Amino acid sequence: MNMIQAINSAMDVMMDRDPDIVVMGEDVGYFGGVFRATAGLQAKYGKQRVFDTPITECGIIGVAVGMGAYGLRPVPEIQFADYIYPALDQLVSEAARLRYRSNGEFTAPITVRSPFGGGIFGGQTHSQSPEGIFTHVSGVKTVIPSTPYDAKGLLIAAIEDNDPTIFFEPKRIYNGPFDGHWDKPTQNWSQHPAGEVPTGYYKIDLGKAKIVRAGEALTVLAYGTMVHVALAVMTEAGVDAEVIDLRTLVPLDIETIAASVQKTGRCMIVHEATRTSGFGAELSAQVQERCFYHLEAPIERVTGFDTPYPHSLEWAYFPGPVRIGEALKKIMKDA
Amino acid sequence: MAGDLPRANLQPLTLHVPEPRFRPGDAVDFVDIDVPPAGSAPRPDTADRPDSFAPLAYTLIRVLDDDGQAVGPWNPRLSPDALRKMLRSMALVRAFDERMFRAQRQGKTSFYMKCTGEEAIAVAAAHALDYEDMCFPSYRQQGLLIARGWSLVDMMNQIYSNKGDRLQGKQLPIMYSVKEAGFFSISGNLTTQYPQAVGWAMASAAKGDTRIAATWCGEGSTAEGDFHSACTFASVYRAPVIFNVVNNQWAISSFSGFAGAESTTFAARAIGYGIAGLRVDGNDALAVYAATAWAAERARTNQGPTLIEHFTYRAEGHSTSDDPGQYRSAGEPNAWPLGDPIKRLRDHLIAIGEWDEERHAAQDLELAEMVKAAQKEAEKNGILGHGLHQPLDSLFDGVFEEMPWHLREQQAQMIAEETASGRPWALK
Repeated sequence: MNMIQAINSAMDVMMDRDPDIVVMGEDVGYFGGVFRATAGLQAKYGKQRVFDTPITECGIIGVAVGMGAYGLRPVPEIQFADYIYPALDQLVSEAARLRYRSNGEFTAPITVRSPFGGGIFGGQTHSQSPEGIFTHVSGVKTVIPSTPYDAKGLLIAAIEDNDPTIFFEPKRIYNGPFDGHWDKPTQNWSQHPAGEVPTGYYKIDLGKAKIVRAGEALTVLAYGTMVHVALAVMTEAGVDAEVIDLRTLVPLDIETIAASVQKTGRCMIVHEATRTSGFGAELSAQVQERCFYHLEAPIERVTGFDTPYPHSLEWAYFPGPVRIGEALKKIMKDA
Repeated sequence: MAGDLPRANLQPLTLHVPEPRFRPGDAVDFVDIDVPPAGSAPRPDTADRPDSFAPLAYTLIRVLDDDGQAVGPWNPRLSPDALRKMLRSMALVRAFDERMFRAQRQGKTSFYMKCTGEEAIAVAAAHALDYEDMCFPSYRQQGLLIARGWSLVDMMNQIYSNKGDRLQGKQLPIMYSVKEAGFFSISGNLTTQYPQAVGWAMASAAKGDTRIAATWCGEGSTAEGDFHSACTFASVYRAPVIFNVVNNQWAISSFSGFAGAESTTFAARAIGYGIAGLRVDGNDALAVYAATAWAAERARTNQGPTLIEHFTYRAEGHSTSDDPGQYRSAGEPNAWPLGDPIKRLRDHLIAIGEWDEERHAAQDLELAEMVKAAQKEAEKNGILGHGLHQPLDSLFDGVFEEMPWHLREQQAQMIAEETASGRPWALK
């Protein structure tokens, strides 16, 4: 399966198991979603459970919160993460706080799916990575898969979770992993082991990172598309890096991260999102606090620049092989 | 631009900034408010064509006339017992408000908001809805809980954030949450409850349930984007929901003109969405009851949502932190042409020979005593600022269903800090 099919399969499996799951969003019903993630679900489960919505993100999330309060488990889609901002009030002030402010009387067991990230010439409003906005909000979980196998397992776990979850799907790797070499043809998931996805139910627990490549020279922390880019750069450079795919940003798998950095003594953080106050800053602080006496070099952050996402200069903006390579040289200088 | 046409004679544009008619010190005369006679609004069948409801958005549905008689097609013909019950609930809300306002002034809690003059809106609606229908209130519908018979002590415990507080001191006073009584958790963020109520109603419909949802916001809050998204969703899916707009003329210091009232009514907002819109005398408990019952019937028969504008007046300050003397004339509350909702229902019951002034005075005394007794009971659980009423570590409960490591870590840090601080509560 590619990642779209895996995500589709996760919703299919869960809707089959639990009649309280509803899927909603712009174009998700009859049409099956602009990325085809919900294809076939309306035909299979009916319009009461899979339906198109008006174009109003605050409405989509507000309605989902109300459905959650009733006892359903909504899986709303926001067509692009760039368009999640109209729903911020409902997500931050309502979904995230409902359990706390009602002392558990009401909950918002919703899973907000949204394609995110760049590398597709999406320009300013089809490329953003707003995960740092959500990791800053107490009461929501933030999940980002990097493979079809993980996407299905994590989405199933997110839907089952009783807390509101933001599930960002790196659309650059919907069809195949992307190693950052934009000028070369890309692989399909059918050629990748993580494209093997069981058709039935399985889940990957939230809050557990995955060591994608074990190594001793340095630790690379990444998620989403950047897992593949970082892995390719490390392999091409012949560096014995330990590459960790965080998978869940909140709650973070700090044990895996700390154990790795304590072993390697070096840490590089890679994300597409802009740098200042990005999630990399939190990772850097956590690593510094826990691994200070093990660090042999300053922690490196390789990120998007602090600009809006450009169109024509996409590959100068994108934290690809060149920028990661430079950071690698710096971090390994005295090794 | 418009090419070579001469444009020299154009007048400069002007920006219209609304201004209320009366400011502090002004004499008040509400003669410009059009108050149609009680009984004059038609009562269409809920199954009629929606466009036939349009005139109801521009009039005022009124049942109680100046002589205290219930007249016209909207007269819900309630039994004297039901009327007395409603009157009692409204009087109890007022007694509760008086007592809690005073408790704030005495420093027993940090904050309070009264609903003086608006008691009919929540109380009559609660009487017209089924107990199982779900209410998504704003912060000024305490009457829903009181009319549904919820414990005053429990409400006060929340106001005091004491050890009996069901919300464990996590919420600002009056932001109640009572799932058992069909009262959704109140949020400080305005109008967020509107699309949530629609979602709840949609869920009920999708599940083939028979329950409906009702929600309330002030006229000021209709300007929020969530109001628009809620109306759109409700219309699109014909959600079984009742939207209540409590038009009390004031949003803190901004008069209703800043929400658009100079150009139209709030009930008329419904028309553009294809929602039935009713405009009701909000100080007429029977009109509120009848309109709610009509809207509930419409919702229950899958005919879709209704928006009810309750035309009323916020008789007192916005909150205990507000002084309305700074922005409006002190003469407004008394000059309000629709009077006082409690007095009007009382006069009706007297006019039909089912009540008298002595019984009313006796009931007021009884209710005041009841509230006082509840207050004593609640204060046994503590008042704000008298030590710590919740276990220290409860601060971290309920952020998530299960506490993740980073919260456990911060919880341990806090307990260590507080223990080391020697603060008296930490030693308990």
